[in-house]
Amino acid sequence: MINFLSIPLIHIIVALVAILAFIGLNGVVLVYMERKVAGFIQRRPGPYEVGPQGLLQPVADALKLLGKQLTSPMGADKILFWSAPIISFAPVVVCFLPIPFGPSPNSTGMELNLGLLLVLAFSGINVFALCMTGWGSNNKYSLLGAARAVSQSVAYEIPLLLAVLSIAFQTGSLNLSEIVQSQQGVIHWHIFMQPLAFIIYFISATAETNRAPFDLPEAESELTAGFHTEYSGMTFGLFFLAEYAYMIVVCSVATALFLGGWDGPFFDGFWWFLFKVYALMLVLMWFRWTYPRVRFDQLLNICWKWLIPLSVLNLILTAFFIKLVH
Amino acid sequence: MLKDIGKTLIGLWSLIIGLKITGKEFFKPWLTVHYPRQEVKNLNTYRGHIELTGQETDPWKPKCVMCGKCAEICPSGCIHIEFHIAGEDDSSQTEKILIGVGVEIPFSGKKFVPAAKIERELDIFNLNYNLCSLCGLCVQNCPVDAIKFSKDVYLAGRSRQDFEYDLLARLKGQG
Repeated sequence: MINFLSIPLIHIIVALVAILAFIGLNGVVLVYMERKVAGFIQRRPGPYEVGPQGLLQPVADALKLLGKQLTSPMGADKILFWSAPIISFAPVVVCFLPIPFGPSPNSTGMELNLGLLLVLAFSGINVFALCMTGWGSNNKYSLLGAARAVSQSVAYEIPLLLAVLSIAFQTGSLNLSEIVQSQQGVIHWHIFMQPLAFIIYFISATAETNRAPFDLPEAESELTAGFHTEYSGMTFGLFFLAEYAYMIVVCSVATALFLGGWDGPFFDGFWWFLFKVYALMLVLMWFRWTYPRVRFDQLLNICWKWLIPLSVLNLILTAFFIKLVH
Repeated sequence: MLKDIGKTLIGLWSLIIGLKITGKEFFKPWLTVHYPRQEVKNLNTYRGHIELTGQETDPWKPKCVMCGKCAEICPSGCIHIEFHIAGEDDSSQTEKILIGVGVEIPFSGKKFVPAAKIERELDIFNLNYNLCSLCGLCVQNCPVDAIKFSKDVYLAGRSRQDFEYDLLARLKGQG
């Protein structure tokens, strides 16, 4: 079995299948988790009726989405409209490839020197898909949502990249496995050396994944459902799945960059990685049910006036200290 | 500049306070009543459809004095009252005059007996709950407190006829 996995082609195919299974399963888990967290914070039970403790609720939701008719609005650009959900979902699979889930080489989909760059580049394609939904739907809400998504992503990618860059400066590598290797032992986790970078990364990641309080592209109160207003059934399902998958990607990258990846007290292993990822997801959900949505000028002010200057400052300080140490 | 930074730091601290509040709420027990399994208990102020109240000495007999005020004041005209004069065995044989919406008074030909002096018996007190707007004017205006709101929260029916109530029969049925 191990010999089979050492053949690169088989390794990648197995990794892709595993990633797709993980994304699907993860969607089910996260839908349930999100609704339960929402319920508990608002002091109600959340999903409860389908299955024990409502455990089968996401399955019922998924079946409902699968059973719904796919429609496209009158006057829509058919090619853009139908390809957008696929373009939104497809790159996320690639984003999982360089993430080191565990210490063994088999737990990384593909060892890449530029793994971090790959993740950042492919996660940027999602914005393109949102742009296509806005233009293709022939709907003012979709268009407004897409416009918001684009300006938000363009703004928040900068502090995100700068925060990631300061870690790359420190470790001298863009390979996620190597970055994890460089922070063995809890005290060596980068979060303790670069707390500001972690905070900037996490805020920017929240905005990049369009999560509340930065969920302006799909602000229900103003834009019905924003960019996915006209999507029904599984096309909406794909956006939904992609959104949750991107959340897992940003949390995984945060875990690998700042929280020591699979390293942990007592037993190293993928369970530590998954535990940290889901803990970060819980924090994202906690944010969502705590903070009200920001206004658009506030959103851009936070980014341009605070996050970018702070991340530049952080980068300069990092460079300075690295020079000092060497 | 320094002021701005101070303000921002206070703002950031308020965000943490927010997280603390929702974090605490997360672990507190549910506030909602899980309906099919539990039911709410504070139904004293619930205003359902109206119901007749019985006399204190004889709970099967309604307190109602048949003045017809409730039927008259009802903006939706959902109350229908009929009665006959005690002693006259069949009210249908005598003529009736309409004195208000849904209120008929027996009229025995020549002599018009003053309403207050007639000994009357209630025959029909019907409520068409389909029309009722739950304003409560009937309850407010009843001179003898003969009408009250029912506490029937979990009211459900399959047809329109299910909400046409014979309140007299309900009172007798409740006993």
